[in-house]
Amino acid sequence: MATKIRMKAENVNFYYGAHHVLKGINLEIRNNAVTAIIGPSGCGKSTFIRLLNRMHEIVPNARLEGRILLDGKDVVGSDVDAVDLRKRVGMVFQKPNPFPKSIFENIAYGLQINGVRNKALIEERVVDSLKKAALWGEIKGRLHDSALRLSGGQQQRLCIARCLAIEPEVILFDEPCASLDPISTKKIEDLILELEKDYTIVIVTHNMQQAARVSDYTGFFLMGELIEFDQTEIIFKAPRDKRTEDYITGRFG
Amino acid sequence: MSKHFHEELQDLNDGILKMGTLVEELIDQAVTALKNRDVAMARLVIERDSQIDDLELVIDELCLDLVARHQPMAVDLRFIMTGMRLNGELERVADLAVDVAERVLEIADAPLLKPLVETPRLALVAQRMVKTAIDSFITRDSALARSVILMDSEADKLKDSIQNELIYDYIVKDGAVAPRAVPLILAARHLERVCDHATYIAEDVIYMVKAEVVKHHPERL
Repeated sequence: MATKIRMKAENVNFYYGAHHVLKGINLEIRNNAVTAIIGPSGCGKSTFIRLLNRMHEIVPNARLEGRILLDGKDVVGSDVDAVDLRKRVGMVFQKPNPFPKSIFENIAYGLQINGVRNKALIEERVVDSLKKAALWGEIKGRLHDSALRLSGGQQQRLCIARCLAIEPEVILFDEPCASLDPISTKKIEDLILELEKDYTIVIVTHNMQQAARVSDYTGFFLMGELIEFDQTEIIFKAPRDKRTEDYITGRFG
Repeated sequence: MSKHFHEELQDLNDGILKMGTLVEELIDQAVTALKNRDVAMARLVIERDSQIDDLELVIDELCLDLVARHQPMAVDLRFIMTGMRLNGELERVADLAVDVAERVLEIADAPLLKPLVETPRLALVAQRMVKTAIDSFITRDSALARSVILMDSEADKLKDSIQNELIYDYIVKDGAVAPRAVPLILAARHLERVCDHATYIAEDVIYMVKAEVVKHHPERL
């Protein structure tokens, strides 16, 4: 298992106005590993991963204290461009959100707005991303069909391909299977395990079995605090904190 | 009708308790049969084994259902896995009680080779270890489980002593006594194996309670 730390949250406190959403979070995200964030609704887990690529900055009255480090460098400083950061730290959302364009254009668009003009290179990246997202075999004959005609699971893999085309280093998944059936879910989970070899992955999930299946490390959040963080097998077999145990065994509340 | 998860966990607890009670009774009857060379009691032990076999299947099914339907985690996962293992260990203890009963049938017709002195002591240790191991599971008491493991060396010593006496003081001196001596050696061996299974149960209970693996690691006790 990889041990190099790719991202790190240091003494992170986060506020929406007066509401203290994240309290003193310290968490390390390791390279070429899947880190799962679990916890009940409203515990701050989605807020936390949004900090990792500064998505919180689009919310008014939000305030961050502490440091978010990528390869040891603070990503929140005014000298760091948020767009550049989001190229390095990509995100896949709960609901598949393809553009109302063709499959090809969905992936090519991100490259084009990043200044890639070479058509051959764009085509190569589109095909490569679709292959990496395990979608190529299903859609290779209809790259110019509308992305909206794909199934929910295919749309989600297209969004993953779109993310991969920008060549990120870290991929954040926010409940990526919440709207998918079990077969599509399995495809996404298999894909995450495949992507782990080349990327650093953080996944927020309500589905504890999913966290147990795909992740190497798991953090349990409760009411804005990181209660426990450890190797996934420890969290699910023998957690150290009673609150973690109560949550994962369904005794919570 | 489906039940709540925690009711089913209680069913598993009750099932193991029932299994434990039956197994304790069976060992008690087997030991009594051995001490008194009581053929009727020995036959009763052999007959009752099927009750335990049936219960083993019921508990196995319950454990599989719990895992399949609820995907248990953490303390619940450890409890169910331990329940499954205890179920198997207790069934093996019942089989060993049957083995002791079969030895009783073998020695019933001839005069007893020698008065049984250490065998009843070994039987007592075996009964105490099984009872304490089951109690440690029911009360989730890892210290009690640890005490079971520490009793095992006494059982080993008693078995060795019984075996050496029968071999060197009887069989070596007069080979003709072997048909009366060998069943006594085997009975001691069966009782010592009962103690081993009680030890395995205790090791599993420590894992269940503390998530610490002491199996094959005596230094962690």
